[in-house]
Amino acid sequence: MSLSLIILAFVTLLAASAAMSLRNLVHCALALAVTFAGLAALYLNLDAQFVGFAQILVYVGAVAILIVFAILLTRSGDTPNEAVLAPGWISGIAISAGVFTVLGWAVLNSKALPSSGTLSLAPAATVKDIGKVLMEQYVLPLEVIGLLLTAAMIGAVVIALKEPSKSSSSRGDEAQIKKTEQVEPSHVGSYVGEKKGAA
Amino acid sequence: MADKIDQIFVTLKALLLGYVPEALQPLVSGLLSVLLVLSVFPGIFALVTVIERKGLGRIQNRLGPNRVGIPFTKIRLCGFGQFIPDGIKSLTKEDVVPRAADKVVHYLAPIVMLVPVLLAYAVLPFGRHMTIADFDAGLLFFFAVGGAVEVSVFMAGWSSRNKYSLLGAMRAIAQMISYEIPLILSAVTVVMIVGSLNLSEIVQQQNAYTHGLAHWFVFTPWGLVGFLLFFIASLAESNRCPFDLPEAESEIIAGYFTEYSGFKFALFFLGEYLGMFAIIGLGITLFLGGWTSPLAALTWIPSYVWFFGKLAAIVFVFIWIRGTLPRLRMDQLMNLAWKFMLPLALINIVVAAIWHFMAVDWPRWLVCSALIFGAYVVLGRGLMKHQKLGKRTYRFAE
Amino acid sequence: MSPLQTCLLISALLFAIGFAGAVTRRHAILALVGIELMLNAANLNFIAFWRYGAHPEALTGILFVIFSIAIAAAEAAVGLALIIAIYRHYRTSNLDEVKDLKG
Repeated sequence: MSLSLIILAFVTLLAASAAMSLRNLVHCALALAVTFAGLAALYLNLDAQFVGFAQILVYVGAVAILIVFAILLTRSGDTPNEAVLAPGWISGIAISAGVFTVLGWAVLNSKALPSSGTLSLAPAATVKDIGKVLMEQYVLPLEVIGLLLTAAMIGAVVIALKEPSKSSSSRGDEAQIKKTEQVEPSHVGSYVGEKKGAA
Repeated sequence: MADKIDQIFVTLKALLLGYVPEALQPLVSGLLSVLLVLSVFPGIFALVTVIERKGLGRIQNRLGPNRVGIPFTKIRLCGFGQFIPDGIKSLTKEDVVPRAADKVVHYLAPIVMLVPVLLAYAVLPFGRHMTIADFDAGLLFFFAVGGAVEVSVFMAGWSSRNKYSLLGAMRAIAQMISYEIPLILSAVTVVMIVGSLNLSEIVQQQNAYTHGLAHWFVFTPWGLVGFLLFFIASLAESNRCPFDLPEAESEIIAGYFTEYSGFKFALFFLGEYLGMFAIIGLGITLFLGGWTSPLAALTWIPSYVWFFGKLAAIVFVFIWIRGTLPRLRMDQLMNLAWKFMLPLALINIVVAAIWHFMAVDWPRWLVCSALIFGAYVVLGRGLMKHQKLGKRTYRFAE
Repeated sequence: MSPLQTCLLISALLFAIGFAGAVTRRHAILALVGIELMLNAANLNFIAFWRYGAHPEALTGILFVIFSIAIAAAEAAVGLALIIAIYRHYRTSNLDEVKDLKG
């Protein structure tokens, strides 16, 4: 257990708590970006270089930005005045505390954890090795992931597309207002969706 | 002798490290490299600001700054001392923070901008044996830290509580996300051919000569297309003209750093230029042979001279483009990225694969060039189909 | 406490934080953020087991994390698109106000 691991863990967990407890949603998203970066640093600390860089590229560069876009498109960028917690939040906290207790107890008392080799040298995981395994042993999952990403891209674009206005007769004015508001979000939303699929 | 001059910085560093106790050596070695990057690239930034102003001035048929030289002397240096008063001015200006601004985020944005940009220099090979951190996944590292710049742009735009800032930030993020894809896909071709993400390895592969000409990737059909795609995408990534919509002065004042002044504004300015140098450096490393010389007869020139020479040449082209081309419209920008550059980059990957598996002979030149040319014609026609481009007619007041 | 146990405890705490946020916050985007945190906690476990496990040369943990990152990205894209669609329909993204599936 090294000092760097403790510091990184502290930063990551602090940012995660901030991401889940701040009132302003944009602050939450920025704290989330810090959490992702901290996790990437933890991966680097555990000698998983490729995964750490991929984590920054995908999570900080794409997912955090995507969340920020969603926050602005749903107009929730301002600090809300009403309650931010759901009515049954006390039981929620209690359950999550229970989950942590059980997990922590299991981790500390498990006999199945490999105790030997804890201080072994860093295992070699070069990009070449990862690529080789990915192309030989795990080629089917790779293809499935490609299919999944394509489906997600199409799905996200379809969901975020502008709905055809069907209630033009009954609520004419309101529909008109909605329509003018919707023009920009659908535009940006589809770009964001496309980005995810291609990345 | 040429070898010694080539390795002068490496030997100098080893010499300095000799005086340091064993335990501190990694730390001091890192510090020395960081110090070098922190002094060389801001220095280049200072020079480039003057060169850009002078160059734009020449293009627009005026002189540009030509007064300031060395302070307290009569030496004027054709105005190349201009960056000194510029720097003093931006450092001593009042730092205005809007009252409605989100103070913490507003304060952090320029720092979040500058740190990843500086980190990106860690993996660039500036010369033979002159890479600071020779990561196995160096290219991935470069693109990963580049992603953090988008977060800082959003932070700056959102925290200022200014509509121009937010508009500029949204434009910048949409543009960066769109152009990051052709940027990465054009770099993928090089990774395919070299078989490594390590940037030193990529340069090493280009360090070979046939008939006295270097094996730079730009001299192959897929490499030429890849380089051009990379070049256009890097113009967009560094928010340079003709892709400078995020900071279009005539539309949204200064984009996402409208509400920044003084030192923080200078930091954004610095971050933007350093990002531009870094991405140009990556382009040089991937396609233009990094620190290698184009001709076998010129290998006696030190490697870092070649790297920085190529950097200077491409920066000059960037300034030239800025002085020549008008700004794109937002829909033109998106169409270019998604309907032209992305398909072409994907086809280019296929072409690179064909190039790799065909025999080293003239047919592969023919096949690859034909494929790329066909794709270019089809995509270009598709891009231009719905645009009613005719001769522009002017109506004058009678 | 061995390094492996430290990593597992960190990830358990991260999981609990994500779970608490996903359950207690009203805003739909924050529920999604909580789910992302839980996924990341699982990823950290995989990396820790790969690093300190018996067979690091098999790279199973790393491959699992790479696939998991790709899936999480797809999930975020679709989830946020859903949230935007819900917002357009109900003019709110608070989960407790979105109670019926009928338009």
